[in-house]
Amino acid sequence: MSDLSKTPSFLDYAPAPESTSILHLKKSYGLFIDGEFVKGHGAPFLTISPSSEQKIAEIANANSRDVDVAVAAARKAYDRTWSRMSGADRGKYLFRIARLVQERARELAVAESLDNGKPIKESRDVDVPLVAAWFFYYAGWADKLDYAGLGPNPKALGVAAQVIPWNFPLLMLAWKVAPALAAGNTVVIKPAETTSLSAMIFAEILQQADLPAGVVNIITGAGDTGEALVNHPDVNKVAFTGSTAVGRAIAKSTAGSGKKLTLELGGKAANIVFDDAPIDQAIEGIVNGIFFNQGHVCCAGSRLLVQENVHDEVVDRLKSRLGTLRLGDPLDKNTDIGAINSREQLDRVRELSDIGEAEGAVRWSAPCVIPDKGFWFAPTIFTNVSTSSRIARDEIFGPVLAVLTFRTPGEAIAKANNTPYGLSAGIWSDKGSKILAVADKLRAGVIWANTFNRFDPASPFGGYKESGFGREGGRHGLAAYLESAGWGSGK
Amino acid sequence: MGFGQMTRLTVPKTYKLYIGGKFPRSESGRTYEVVSKKGVFLANVALASRKDARDAVVAARGAQPGWSAATAYNRGQVLYRIAELLEGRREQFVEELIATEGASKAVAAKQVDTAIDAWVWYAGWADKYVQVAGNGNPVSGPYFNLSTPEPTGVVAIVAPQASSSLLGLVSVIAPAILSGNTVVVIANHAAPLAAVSLAEVLATSDVPGGVVNILTGSPSEIAPWLAGHADVNAIDLAGAEALDWVDLMVTAADTLKRVLPPEAGVPAPSLERIVALTETKTVWHTKSLI
Repeated sequence: MSDLSKTPSFLDYAPAPESTSILHLKKSYGLFIDGEFVKGHGAPFLTISPSSEQKIAEIANANSRDVDVAVAAARKAYDRTWSRMSGADRGKYLFRIARLVQERARELAVAESLDNGKPIKESRDVDVPLVAAWFFYYAGWADKLDYAGLGPNPKALGVAAQVIPWNFPLLMLAWKVAPALAAGNTVVIKPAETTSLSAMIFAEILQQADLPAGVVNIITGAGDTGEALVNHPDVNKVAFTGSTAVGRAIAKSTAGSGKKLTLELGGKAANIVFDDAPIDQAIEGIVNGIFFNQGHVCCAGSRLLVQENVHDEVVDRLKSRLGTLRLGDPLDKNTDIGAINSREQLDRVRELSDIGEAEGAVRWSAPCVIPDKGFWFAPTIFTNVSTSSRIARDEIFGPVLAVLTFRTPGEAIAKANNTPYGLSAGIWSDKGSKILAVADKLRAGVIWANTFNRFDPASPFGGYKESGFGREGGRHGLAAYLESAGWGSGK
Repeated sequence: MGFGQMTRLTVPKTYKLYIGGKFPRSESGRTYEVVSKKGVFLANVALASRKDARDAVVAARGAQPGWSAATAYNRGQVLYRIAELLEGRREQFVEELIATEGASKAVAAKQVDTAIDAWVWYAGWADKYVQVAGNGNPVSGPYFNLSTPEPTGVVAIVAPQASSSLLGLVSVIAPAILSGNTVVVIANHAAPLAAVSLAEVLATSDVPGGVVNILTGSPSEIAPWLAGHADVNAIDLAGAEALDWVDLMVTAADTLKRVLPPEAGVPAPSLERIVALTETKTVWHTKSLI
């Protein structure tokens, strides 16, 4: 907050909070099954705002009986309605949903920032517009499956079980639901325990769109609900985004079941800055890479690999840039850094940062005022990080950047690939031939050159190695929900 | 000297493993007896051990960067060269299949011909699958954005075990290596002779050492070590139908390997098999606003 005794600098802003009056929240939310909100049979839980720790609403908790009912509703909808509907009509429902998301965009953005803690400028300008774009993109695929490159007449899989994380609650829902429906599947989806709110508003949108009952079922709950869902015997497809540990457990429990599986797991992306990079843009890219969404991004550029001769300059400019970031009320339009999503996650970020310090790295945090209530972590960078340090190896999933150096492109590539993960990477250089050569050798599914953290429904996203398998987005994302009729040899 | 004898005594071959372009015996010193369908002794074949499997993974990993960096045109020519050399040794393979599988001459010849043609078919894909499986992406912003498949890395394979020991082997190796993967293959246990002879063909057809590594022995003994090996990216369980393949999948999940499920019989040639052993890489680049 600005000190009135001093002359205000250009960095002092008056509060500009987005009003919550646009929300029409209920006191409690049920499970959305077969087109209706129904009671859950587990013990309900509260969803709170991570920036204030205030209760927002009570959320139903689905037990295994509720999971059975939801899967049965999805199966019935698949058999009787959705699998018999023309692709053109499926597409029209998806177009309707895209439009309804646009119409209620402001409301969804406010709900998302309130429940998740992300800055309103991100939920308003990134999350929600991409949600609408995702439905709009896949809507157009629904009647064009023959052209998806999977051979003639590819078939839907049936009932898709989908479990999504808390970092982009509604966007992850869109990534899962839009291609599944376009391909002709029905869905049971479980949002993360701490971020169910926007999915509940989305359920209202599905009612407004008059989507046939049971085509999308949204069940809320914690890990045990998700486990019951992915292991349900009447599920044909499992799609999960979340931690590598849970992804591994799902790969084990679904082994031999015949369920088609796609996993979008952790990452420890290298953001490589060469000495011939456009430094101003690189600084913005580094900041966006790791501090976007408080670093709660699986593809975050959490390892900065900077060429040794520009290390000091980059780190100095990075620190001065971080000094201008505003941390605070997620609903304030001026906020750059919102709240950490939960106390549990805050504890993890703190623990790994302490380990980084104990292992000899030098810690620097941006000088910002931490609010009294809520979960917060100041943007932090570590220099003098060794490749063996846990902050260089473990996914922190918070606003913490580990800075390492390299001398040659070969060393940069070796260090970038020195991780069991392989989700994303960044390259900063003004030399196109160098960028393309380095991009060829990086073992990562998404590579951003002179940019970072770009997402688009037309662009496949997904990892190598222990970052999972399968792609979301684009034609490839559609294939994850279809059974190929077989390309065959043509012999 | 017996050179003038009427009936010549044959010179039998020692059937060994194929690892890193060399033909070692099993480090364990173990062999197993291979007999014809009629029970006649054919050979003592190397019984590969866990250590042999690990050595093969090291060889495959070592060969992977070079093989995947070879041009697609070059890899296509190398695969085609395999077909050429296989054609030249057609009679030898026919004899081995008759001996090990009890096939008629016509059936054995058909299998060898189909195997040769499979190499030719896959050779042609080397410089095309990227175009078919990849694409440019019309993203909403000033970015150049391209998705292309590339090899997943080191692939462990259980070759088909039920029949067609040569065709089964070719049908799993060719789709894996054409994109630039390197492989460790467990050959048909009961009929391994064609596999060792195929290794000789590979060794003389410009395939760099380590790109294909062939282990003879017991799939149930070796496969779990490969499924759990942290430096293996994918496992193709095509021939694992008779094994405890669910257990192998569970083991493979520890390192989140890509897993191809067991198949009944010999996998048909398909683009799907090629693509299943690749990763899609999407590269974004900014475009300046002019």
